[in-house]
Amino acid sequence: MSTDLTRLHAHQMAAGLRRGDFSAHELTAAHLDRIAATDRPLHAWVFVDRVAALREAEAADDRIVLAREEGADALAALPALLGVPVALKDLILTRGEPATAGSRILDGYVSPYDAHISERLKAAGAILPGKTNMDEFAMGSSTEFSAWGPTANPWDLERVPGGSSGGSASAVAAYQVPLSIGTDTGGSIRQPAALTGIVGLKPTYGRVSRYGIVAFASSLDQIGPFARDVRGAALLLAAIAGRDERDSTSAPIDVPDYAAQLPESDDEAAASLRGVRLGLPRQYFVAGMEPGVETRIREAVARLADAGAEIVDIDLPHTDYGLATYYIIAPAEASANLARYDGVRYGHSVRLEGGDYIADYLATRGGGFGAEVKRRIMLGTYALSAGYYDAYYLKAQKVRTLIKADFDTAFDQVDALVAPTSPTVAFRFGTRLADPVAMYLSDACTLPVNMAGLPGLSVPCGLSDGLPVGLQLIGRPWDELRLFQLGRAYEAITADAAWRTVEPRDLAALEDPATPSATDRAAAVGAAA
Amino acid sequence: MANLSRKDVEHVAHLARLGLTDDELGTLEGQLNHILDQYAVLAELETDQIAPTAQTIELENILRKDEVRPGLAAEEVLALAPERAGPYFLVPPILGEHGN
Repeated sequence: MSTDLTRLHAHQMAAGLRRGDFSAHELTAAHLDRIAATDRPLHAWVFVDRVAALREAEAADDRIVLAREEGADALAALPALLGVPVALKDLILTRGEPATAGSRILDGYVSPYDAHISERLKAAGAILPGKTNMDEFAMGSSTEFSAWGPTANPWDLERVPGGSSGGSASAVAAYQVPLSIGTDTGGSIRQPAALTGIVGLKPTYGRVSRYGIVAFASSLDQIGPFARDVRGAALLLAAIAGRDERDSTSAPIDVPDYAAQLPESDDEAAASLRGVRLGLPRQYFVAGMEPGVETRIREAVARLADAGAEIVDIDLPHTDYGLATYYIIAPAEASANLARYDGVRYGHSVRLEGGDYIADYLATRGGGFGAEVKRRIMLGTYALSAGYYDAYYLKAQKVRTLIKADFDTAFDQVDALVAPTSPTVAFRFGTRLADPVAMYLSDACTLPVNMAGLPGLSVPCGLSDGLPVGLQLIGRPWDELRLFQLGRAYEAITADAAWRTVEPRDLAALEDPATPSATDRAAAVGAAA
Repeated sequence: MANLSRKDVEHVAHLARLGLTDDELGTLEGQLNHILDQYAVLAELETDQIAPTAQTIELENILRKDEVRPGLAAEEVLALAPERAGPYFLVPPILGEHGN
């Protein structure tokens, strides 16, 4: 094959495999070769198992050959992602492989079981080449808080890819894989999707089972897909979503065949916008938003209106309280979830002489966790401690009710909301490390969606200063299908836009042996976390 | 609103079982107070009559059948233990001479 297989979209890979244009082994080898050739400067991966990935690819080829012998019906019945590589964020357990969640405290941990989504992806014959880098325990918006060093953004290697799922986002943006999995507690899928110019979805809370996922904030965490087009994200969500009795918060609600309901033709997709009511929340054009980002968002909204969507101004009056509410609730839940890392059963462990077990805990946890994780554990412990519970945690839970009610009222008037995903484009390494509140503001437009448990999709909508901008579509609970349809329609009406032909500008530098590693670049600006 | 002293920070660190250095305690004292100041906006909202939201989907009393299923492979789990004695995790003593 003369074509570079890594440039195809996931649905094109699936179709090519069925037609016999290439084998799963060829497809997987092409991606593994690309990872090997590009990941030193990018550092999207913390673990790659080439041998296992090629073995999975051979098994996928066997299934395809067998189905081809049986006929067209058997080929059509194969799982959509059979033979397609999918990267997993390093907090998703796969039996026999490491999962560190970006933390020293899980250095050396080997998962004794598969996460629900790992089981599902393996059964579907997807190829799982390894694990991607992330902010420690998913706490961060830049991937600079990984204990293993930062990930770079292929659009500009001196900038962050966003976070916390920055490795999964950069891997897809740099054509190392067509699809990847992230988790989103306050924006950790949508914000890196926006900053790296790809598609990312945070599904409705309860849509995907979290069995076998390292927990951060259990009333907010949700797993979701990254892809380079909306159809890819739709295929991946369908492969992982649905009820699993090992996660009691996973909902017994039917999962549609999302991709089958997305129009093939651009004309048909564009036509679906006619009469759709889209809300534009005025509070999402926040102070500190870059003018270039606001321009791209307003242009995108104008294009949607030109195509027949009705744009309605919406008030979400409690938006400005979202940041404070989130930064009470999420650290409180984190402080409880992270109490399990005690150095007794697995992970980093310090046993001091003298046998004082409290001293052992203090040393294990003090040395095993990084700065941001300690900050959040401290915040959460304080917010839950005697005398402060009502003033902070209970108050935040009540304000959460008000934030959710804002969305409920909005959805009485509109079918979905359109908003910016991130108030800024990708920022330079080190610029937000010294000020936690500046880092937290990265998620001002995404975290209210988690607090209301809603689905949110980020799709690329152009460039500002040569860097990607993301458009966020927010839907009613369980209405991921509408978000995919809207995202697909937006792709259709901007199919000819000049910015769609612009490649990440540092793609060539990734293959240049003279390019410094991501860790060296970050260290050069004094940003080692 | 908030004014955490160094002593408060040390107390919270102990509650959280985090052994922190003097430098870390000093940095956290400043940062935690700055973050807690951001929480002050919540006092603007009247919430006496508002019910708290702990989670967003209406699922209650989720039960599954109580049936015997295979557990994790004991050897794989024990292989992760920092210290083990045969088929047991070896843990620091919490009773007796050094326990509380």
